[in-house]
Parts: sequence; structure tokens; C-alpha cells
Amino acid sequence: MDMTTQGIPTAKPYVPPQLASATKVVARNVNVHYGDKHAIQNVSVDIPDQAVMAFIGPSGCGKSTFLRCINRMNDTIPICRVTGKIEIDSKDIYDPSLDVVQLRARVGMVFQKPNPFPKSIFENVAYGPRIHGLARNKTDLDEIVTTSLEKAGLFKEVKDRLADSGTSLSGGQQQRLCIARAIAVSPDIILMDEPCSALDPIATARIEELIDELRSNFCIIIVTHSMQQAARVSQRTAFFHLGVLVEEGETEAIFTNPREERTRDYITGRFG
Amino acid sequence: MTAIYFLTLACLVVAGYFIAAKRAQSLRAGPGGALHSLPTYHGLLAAVALIVPMILVFAIGTPLVKQLATSSVFNFFPPEIANDPLQRGVVLRDVSNLLDGRHQGDPSAALRDAAASYAGIFTTGRLAVLGIGTALGLLALFLVLSRISSTFRARNYFERFVIAVLILCALVAILTTIGIVFSVVWETYRFFFDPSLKGRPSVSEFLFGTEWNPQAALRADQGDIKTAFGFIPLLTGTLLITFIAILVAGPLGLFSAIYLSEYATPRFRAWAKPVLEILAGVPTVVLGFFAALTVAPYIRGWGESFGLDVASESALAAGLVMGMMIIPFISSLSDDVINAVPQSLRDGAYALGATKSETIKKVILPAALPGIVSAFMLAISRAIGETMIVVMAAGLAANLTFNPLEAVTTITVQIKTILVGDQEFDSAKTLAAFALGFVLFFVTLVLNIIAQQIVRRYREQYD
Amino acid sequence: MTDLTAGTATPPIRRRVDITSPEAQAAIRRRYRAEARFKAYGLLAILTAAVFLTVLLVDVGTKAFPAFTTHSLQLDVAIPNDLVAPEQKNDPVAIRTADYLPVMRDTLRTAIPGVQGRGPERTLIRLISTGAADDIRERIVANPALIGTTIKAPLLLSDDADLYFKGAGTPIVVRPSRGVATPSDTSGSITITAPGNDFSENLVSVKLVMAERANALLADAERTSRSTAPNAAERAAELRKEATELAARANDRTAAETLDSRLPSLLVGINGGLVKISQLAADRIEGDVLLPLSSTNESQAGNWRILTYTTPESSRKITDLEVALLERFKANAQVERSFNWRFFTSGDSREPELAGIRGAIVGTALTLIVTLILCLPIGVAAAIYLEEFAPKNRFTDLIEVNINNLAAVPSIVFGLLGLAMFLNFFGLPRSAPLVGGLVLALLVLPTIIIASRAALKAVPPSIKEAALGVGASHQQAVFHHVLPLAMPGIMTGTIIGMAHALGETAPLLMIGMVAFIVDVPGGITDAATVLPVQIYLWSDLPELAFQAKTAGAIVVLLVFLFVMNGTAIWLRKRFERRW
Repeated sequence: MDMTTQGIPTAKPYVPPQLASATKVVARNVNVHYGDKHAIQNVSVDIPDQAVMAFIGPSGCGKSTFLRCINRMNDTIPICRVTGKIEIDSKDIYDPSLDVVQLRARVGMVFQKPNPFPKSIFENVAYGPRIHGLARNKTDLDEIVTTSLEKAGLFKEVKDRLADSGTSLSGGQQQRLCIARAIAVSPDIILMDEPCSALDPIATARIEELIDELRSNFCIIIVTHSMQQAARVSQRTAFFHLGVLVEEGETEAIFTNPREERTRDYITGRFG
Repeated sequence: MTAIYFLTLACLVVAGYFIAAKRAQSLRAGPGGALHSLPTYHGLLAAVALIVPMILVFAIGTPLVKQLATSSVFNFFPPEIANDPLQRGVVLRDVSNLLDGRHQGDPSAALRDAAASYAGIFTTGRLAVLGIGTALGLLALFLVLSRISSTFRARNYFERFVIAVLILCALVAILTTIGIVFSVVWETYRFFFDPSLKGRPSVSEFLFGTEWNPQAALRADQGDIKTAFGFIPLLTGTLLITFIAILVAGPLGLFSAIYLSEYATPRFRAWAKPVLEILAGVPTVVLGFFAALTVAPYIRGWGESFGLDVASESALAAGLVMGMMIIPFISSLSDDVINAVPQSLRDGAYALGATKSETIKKVILPAALPGIVSAFMLAISRAIGETMIVVMAAGLAANLTFNPLEAVTTITVQIKTILVGDQEFDSAKTLAAFALGFVLFFVTLVLNIIAQQIVRRYREQYD
Repeated sequence: MTDLTAGTATPPIRRRVDITSPEAQAAIRRRYRAEARFKAYGLLAILTAAVFLTVLLVDVGTKAFPAFTTHSLQLDVAIPNDLVAPEQKNDPVAIRTADYLPVMRDTLRTAIPGVQGRGPERTLIRLISTGAADDIRERIVANPALIGTTIKAPLLLSDDADLYFKGAGTPIVVRPSRGVATPSDTSGSITITAPGNDFSENLVSVKLVMAERANALLADAERTSRSTAPNAAERAAELRKEATELAARANDRTAAETLDSRLPSLLVGINGGLVKISQLAADRIEGDVLLPLSSTNESQAGNWRILTYTTPESSRKITDLEVALLERFKANAQVERSFNWRFFTSGDSREPELAGIRGAIVGTALTLIVTLILCLPIGVAAAIYLEEFAPKNRFTDLIEVNINNLAAVPSIVFGLLGLAMFLNFFGLPRSAPLVGGLVLALLVLPTIIIASRAALKAVPPSIKEAALGVGASHQQAVFHHVLPLAMPGIMTGTIIGMAHALGETAPLLMIGMVAFIVDVPGGITDAATVLPVQIYLWSDLPELAFQAKTAGAIVVLLVFLFVMNGTAIWLRKRFERRW
């Protein structure tokens, strides 16, 4: 494989694909620099609503970095600089007048390792609604927590021990608690950064089912290093390599008939 | 008055908080729905809007009023009284006594008028402060209230205030350093260069003089005792005690660290570490008591049994106990640096067939040397600055000697001796203590900075 | 050059490590011995520190032991009707200002009848503390009905008398008599004749002591003669002469001896009285009556005793008369030992038996409260800023370097800061807990900042990210999640910092907390002292009793420190979280 062509930003203009549902996120020429490192190069992509979009690629390819641009989590890293344009519902999220906190309320996130707060299960889910003032009273809050846990498929397992610590749950349950926590503030978009990488296969299957169920209500973007997972849960897939979005399209098309040689090499296991 | 002011402030803050929070709450129920910030933040912002101007007005206003009232007093007295600091003080005390009803005897007309004027200005002034403070506070509150809307970013404004408070707190550290530098440098400058100061030495007399006798001969019958500010005997005394301390603590601390980090079983460490920690936690005044009442007599008796003449406040006793104080210090710092040596270096040496002690001596210690050197430097700085042990166990006489069995004095002992008890701030003797403080601060600062640089570079090497 | 070396025969190159030859075996044994030695040094170093700590604690503990008990005389105190004028019987002021000295004197006189003369009477009254009358006064003020009655009250002993019962007096050897003895009088200077040579053994031991003293003088003379001091020779000659005279007296086995205060005191207990021997011969003594005899009757063998106060009078703080009086009280079972509550309930005093640490403890508490109120919020806020919000730039670098350096500035320099800034520049009151607290706050601030930063850093970033992920602002994430999780660590650091402040002395000396303050401070601007400074002050006092008080105060301080550090360790263990 010719390595010299890699790393050069693709100069050709981006042609938006025809999406099955409405476009939720539009990214154009996004570049991310970590200090001197050019981590994301000219990424442009359209992400559909009510569908699952998977970002795949080898470690360090920038897929997580790009994901964290969508809810501006990269702002917390001082040396990180983002240029280009990302729009959610046609609103630029890097607009200085936009409050990043409100953005993150609309763009939920689930992290690689389950990270429940070391508080009760109830408090974990209730925290978001509380800081955003979504519940008018206790009953309201109870209802939000219950529905969120139900949507995350966790309610049956924990309904008798809502006061127990979130950290006392098993890994898979913890991750579903984190998903419940994310959907409790009823976001439009849920970002999932390798949500199953710390879980066993059974728990992974459970989460994947859940993602499929959630698809009807949310725009879900999932970063995964597992191509099988991407193939199982996503409708569209984007392949990242060395900070460049190499190829993006319908999941089936990417896996059966990739246009780019690098994509083919990756999904056939030649590198990764 | 102060109580009234802060009571008003507290009431306003509580009221402001609830009004603002309520108003934000009602917006949520009305059209527009979602608020940008929780009602709590609107309330908090309102509270901050009240507190900041009111505290500022109080902090500026109160001393100002006092100043005005004080200066008004001297309108009733001839200028020569106002210009003489001593007389000023007397008049002010009289005025305050008269106002408190504690004045003895019949006050003069001028004093009575002055007191009346003082009281008048003082009362009006404090009232004005209260009025202005409340007015500004309310103004700020209304400004906030008028801006409350569902899009008003109360949280962001409040968080900006919080950050400002956090920065102020971080600045306290800087202010402390500036305060230290300011206090010692200014008095030191006066000590050397203030022309109105009697008996001040020149810089070279101070640095190179071999006689230290600050107890100025003020009375005529002490005529032949000469005041002298020669720093050398204090320096040698300090260095002698420090040297003894390091001689004790260096090997003991280093070997403790080596044993704890390389040889000790976890169980041994579990009791040895607390022993060192307890030793580090013993207050120096306790060590001083032990040095003066137990170690010093013991050394004296031991010396006598060899026919040696040992001073009852020998440098040896103070140095030994100070050494014991420093052992945990050197040990824990060295422990850290030894542990920071990567395991791979040890493995390399073991793989070549070196014994544990050979590995330590030939590989670990050379690798950890910069860290150990800096530990020693910090320990030396600690020993130089230590006060209570030497105050209680070392002498006062500034002997220029290197004999550990004689009494010597140190910089810290002299600072303490000069500054404890009555002191007038315009004598060379008092200022000498600040000059010594300056030397102490400077020397320890340089040692610390160098040590920290070494450690930082060392850490970078293995991180 | 190379030619020269090339010419010599090169030894065969050893390619393998030799491990079998005897030399190699020896070398290996040598290396293992070195290893064992090296290890032993390490162990020795730690043991030295441990031994030092043990000796320190045991030494202070033993010295402190006497401070926690006190002795008093349980006597019947008759409160006279005329203590105050009859119409003032219920007037607290009159009762408070009444003269209680006569009451005390009468009480003691009744307890030991027959003590006559101004000198002995003064000795008697000086056995009890000046505080004893105050205790009676308080009792009567509280209950004026006691006037005209006799109450049983403990009279606090003075420090020397108290120390006597704590073993600082003298061992007493009592030898029963073998023959009869007849005193010449019941008081004053008397002669006692004992035809049975009852005193011969005492005479022998006195002669022995004199011989010893002569030898010591000779040795002294030797040393002096070798000294280079001027007129050393004359001094040595004098000493030698004195030694010869002493030796001559010692060698004359039968001659009567005059006893002096450098010899053990000899006394005769006869006919209910006590006689201190001044002239000693084998069959008769001359002496002064300390406690009066009941008669001049001949006393039979076994009914009278010879007492030896082994410690010479000149080497103890307490005279023979005082010993005799105290022993009499003890024989009457009037001496009571009790726990020294006063040590914890009263302020400082010039009288050791009255001095307590309450003032110092309250002063310490006030000072530490000021310290805590200042340095905890400021320290935590500074740590939060530096760890969570500060941009990485030169300015924050400067603050960091600054904090590290402040942590190593000698504490006395903070005292100079307090003196120059808080006292002289801002005009705050001297000796006040307010200023002490301010200075200590600045002193421990770096410790708290550094500990808090470490605690904040230890909270995994995933928690903060989780909060940010659901739309919490950075501050909400920090204050709702990171700070509560860091709190145990911050508390541990704070307690350690406060323990450090609790033990700190030097800076407080600078701001005048060394004044002698009797009153317990009531507020943060009152003059006060703190426990470590109290220890320093007491350690400087000449009275032997204060040495115990000092050690006692140290024990209290150490107990506080251990409790604080123990709490810190417990907190660390209890809330330690593995992420």
C-alpha cells in the first residue's frame, strides 16, 4: 500500500449524500490540532437523524476526537484547537454566542468506560434533569428517572435499589445507567465513545439491542473499533484513518463494496 | 454600626436572592418555557450583585471616615501638636477616652470641641457609608432584576464571579511572599541606610564583623560594652549546628530510606513508616525541651567523665536533636526519589549478577543522586531556619568557635531574642533582627529554588 | 607508547565468570558479607530513630507524671465568727475581701501544736499554697452559712511540699534504739544522753563520709594543679590543706563531730518530739528541737529512734523542719493525693502548684479556629483554581513556584511578617489569637493547597467528563462532583496542616504571644498564649515543679497531635477510593 498519499488532506469538495432521514449534524472542513499535532484533517460529513452512524477506524485515527467535537468536549483540553464548521439543526455549535452547556444538554454522551457518579442510581439519572431544571417537583423527577431507566432497559433490574450506589452495578448495568443518565435530559443526539469496549460479550449484546431500540428517538453516533459491531448496529458508517475521513456511506455498502482501497484493507483485516 | 451594616447586607442578600429566584421561576411557568439558567443562579447573581458593592463601600468607606474624623480633631489644636506624632497620639487617646466617658479630670474646651467634632463626623460618616452602600447595592440588584429573562445567562455571570474569587484566593500565596519580602527588605534597608538610625552598621561591618552584641549600651554605667553587629559568629554558630544536624540526619535518613524502599518487608514498613511520621510530627518545642533538659545534661555528664569541659548549652546537644528532627525529612524525600528510579535499572543490575547492595550503591544511588542532593539541600534549609530547638538548647553568647562542645548562637536565636519582649521600632537592635530575617529568608529561598529545580529536572528524566 | 605495552606479556583473557575456584568463592562470601553489613546499616538507622523517639516519649512521660497529681492537707478549718463583721455576713464583697491568712495559720497551728517562734511558724504556713486560702474563700462566698463552723477542707500544698511527696525530698532511714536516752529539755537547744553508745554507728558513717569528701578534695586539688588558670597552684594548695584537715578528723574515730548541711541530717525522735542533731558523739548529742517533746523523762530502749534524712539539706529544696512537719502530717494521715484537676481548669500562674493550661488550651483553640476559617476556604479555592481552571501560563507557573517555596520558608520568617505587617502596619492587637491565627493560616496555606491539589488530581477525569457530558458546566462538574469526591483527601491534608499549626511556636513568639497571661482569653482579640508557647515559657522557669508542668503540657499537646493525626489516617483509610 502506498503510504505516501496518506496524511494529505483530501482537497476535493464534499458532496452531501442522499440520506434516508433528515440531516441532523452537518460538519464541513473540520480540523483539530492538539498543540502541533494535526489530529483531524478536513473532515466533512452529514449525519442523519433517527439512525445510528458508526465511526470506525484503527486506534488513534481521530474518530473519538471528531466525536468529541460534536458536543465540544474538546474544549476541556487547553491545547486543543478546532476549526471548520459543525452545525446541529443548521445552528453552528462553535458560534461564540452559543452556551456550550446548553449544547451538551442536547448532545448526550456515553463514554468508553462506564463512569457512573459514585452516588445512588437515582441521583445518577436525576443529576442532569436537576441542573437543567427539567423537573418541576419530586414526582416529575421520579417520573423522568423511571422513564429514562426504562428506556435504557435497566429499570426492572434496579427498581428496588434505586438508593444503591451506581458503582455497585455490574459493568454492563453501569453502562446502561450511563445511557439512562444521558437520555434523562432528552437530548437530540447521543454520542457513544466505544461504549462496549470494557464489557463482556453478553453485556455488549444487550447494549447493542438497546442502541437499536433508541434509534427511533435519537440521532446516535457511535465510535467503535469493532467492525462487526458497526455492521450490526449502524445504518451509516464512516471510516477514519490517520485523521482523515476516508470513506463514508451506507453501512452495507461500506462493508460489502468499499470504494477506497484503504477501507477495503481495513475491513479485510490487512491493518488495524 | 458595623453590625447594623452587615445585618442590612444580610437581609438584603436574602431578600434579593428570593426575589430574583422567584421572578425567574415565574418566567418558567409563563410563555417561553425553558430558562437558560436555573432560578437558583438568578438568585445567587442577585446576592453577588448586592454583596460586592456593599463590601467594597464598607472596606473603603470605614477607614476613610475614621481618617476624616481624626483629621478634624486637629483643627482644634495648634499645628505643632498635630505635627508631633507623640502629642497626636495623646490627643487622640484623650478624645477616645472622653467619648467613652473614661476621661479623668476636666477636659479642656478644645478637647471637648474636638471630641464633639470627631463624634459628629464619625457618626455622619458611618451613616453615609451605610446609605451609599445600601443605595449602590440596591442599584446593582435592580440592574440584575431588570435583566432577568428566560435567555439571561445568570449562571455564566455568576460563574465568572466565582472564578474571580478563586483567582483572588490563589493570589493570597503571592501576596504572602510580597508581604514577607516587603517586611524584611524595608526594615533591612533602614537598618543599613537610614541616616536617622543611631548605631547602624555598614553592610561590610555586618557581613564581615566578628563580634555580635546588639544589646546596645544605652545606660552610661555600661559604658565599655560596645554595640556590634558582626554577622560572622551567628553564621558560624548556625553552620556548626546545621553541620552537626546533617552529620547525624544525613546517613541515618539516607540509610533509613534505602532500607525502607529496598529491603523492608511490607510488615516492617507498616510500623517503621509511622515511627518516622510521628518523629516528624513532634513539635520542635518538645524537641527543644528534650534537648535542653535531657540531652544537654547527659552530654555534659558524659563529657565530664572524659574530663572534657562541656558547656551546658553546647552546640552538640542542639545539633544532635535537630539531626533527629531532620531524619524523617531526609528519609521521606530520599524514599521518594529512590522509588522514582525505574525498576528497569534495578533489573538490569540484578541480571548482571549484582547483589542488592551493589545495585543500590552502583546503580540506584547514582541515578537518584540529584534527588538526594536536593533532599539534603532542603534539609539544610530546614535546619538553618529551625528556631525552637536552638532557642531552648543553644546559647545566646555569640562565640566565634567551631568547637561543638561550646555554646554558640544562631541567626534564629538572635531574631527571637531581639524581638521577644519590648521593642521600639526605631532602634538598630530591632532592625537588626529584620536584617537577620532577610538573610535567613534569602538563604533558604535560594536553597529551596535550587533544590526544586534539581528535583524537577530529575523527575522529567524518569517520567 | 603503545610499543611499550605491547611488548609485555598480556595475561590470558578470562572469558567466563569464575565461580568455582576458592578465590572466587571467597570473593562471593565477601560480597555477601558486604551485603549483610549494608542491610544492617539501614536497619540500624531506622532503629536509631525509633529508639530516639521512644526515649523522647518515655522521658517526657516520666517527667510529666508528677504534673497530673497533687497533694493537699485534709484539715479541719475553723471559720471564725469574726471573719467578717456580723452585719456583713451575707455580703459577698466583704467575704471576698476578708483576711484568710489568720484562718490558715490557726488551722495549721491546731494541726501541729507546739510549733513556736516566727521562723518555724512561717515555715509551717509556707507549706501550703497561697491558693489554699482562695479555695476556702470560694467555698465561703458560695455558702456564707459556713462562717462560724468548722469545715473539713483540702489545703493545697505548695510546690516544694508537693514535690516532697512526689519523691523529690529525701529517703528517711529509721533505726530503733538499743539503750535508754534522756533529753535535757522539751524545746530549744537540748542535749540527749544515751549511755548505751547508741550514736556510735552514726558517728562512724559520718566519719566515712568525711573521709570520702577528703578524697574528693584531693582529686579536685590534683585537677586544679594541672589547670593552666592563674593562681591554680595556690587554689590547689588550699584544697589540699582542707583535705588533710578533713582526713585527720575522719581518722579520729572517737572525737565528737559537728554536723553541717552538706552531711545527711541526723535526727532523734523521742518523747513525741523531734530533735535535729548538731553535735554528734557516740553517747550524747546536742541538737535543736524541731517538734517539741512532751517531757524530759528517760526513754526506754526501742521507744526512741534515730532518723537519717539521707539527702544532705544543702542538696534539697526543702529544710529538715519542713520534712519533719510534712512527715508529721503524713503520720497523722492528713496528706491526700488526688488527680490534679487544677492543671486543666486554671490559667497560668507564677505559683507552680496553681498553674494550669486552660488559658493556653483556650488560646490554642481560638487561634486554630481563626487559622481554619481562613486557610481552609482560601486553600481549597486556590487549589481548585490552580488544578481545574487556571490556564497554563507563566503567571500560574509563578503562583505554583511561589507556593512550593512558601512551604519551605522558615516559620520564624512568617513571624517577622506578622510583626511587621499585622502588628505594625495594620495595627492589630499584640498577643491576640486573631493575629496568631492569621500568621498560622499563611504558614499552613501552602500545605493545604498542595494537599488539596493532590486530592483533586486523584479524582478520575471520567467523573468530570460524565458531568460535562450531561450538560453540567465546568464549575458545576467541579463543585457537584470533583470537590465532594476530593473532600476526604482535602480534610486529611487540612488536619495535617492544622496539626502542624498546633505545634508551631516560633512565629507566635514574634507577635507577642509570650506574655504572662493569667486570664483565660474570651475572644480572638484578647491577649492569649497557646500550648506550645506555654511549654516554652514554663521550660524557662527555674522552679523544679514547672519542669513537671512543662512535661505535662507537652503530654497534652502530644495527645492532641496524635488524635489529630490519627483522625487524618482514619479518614484516609476510611474514604480511600480505588478507581
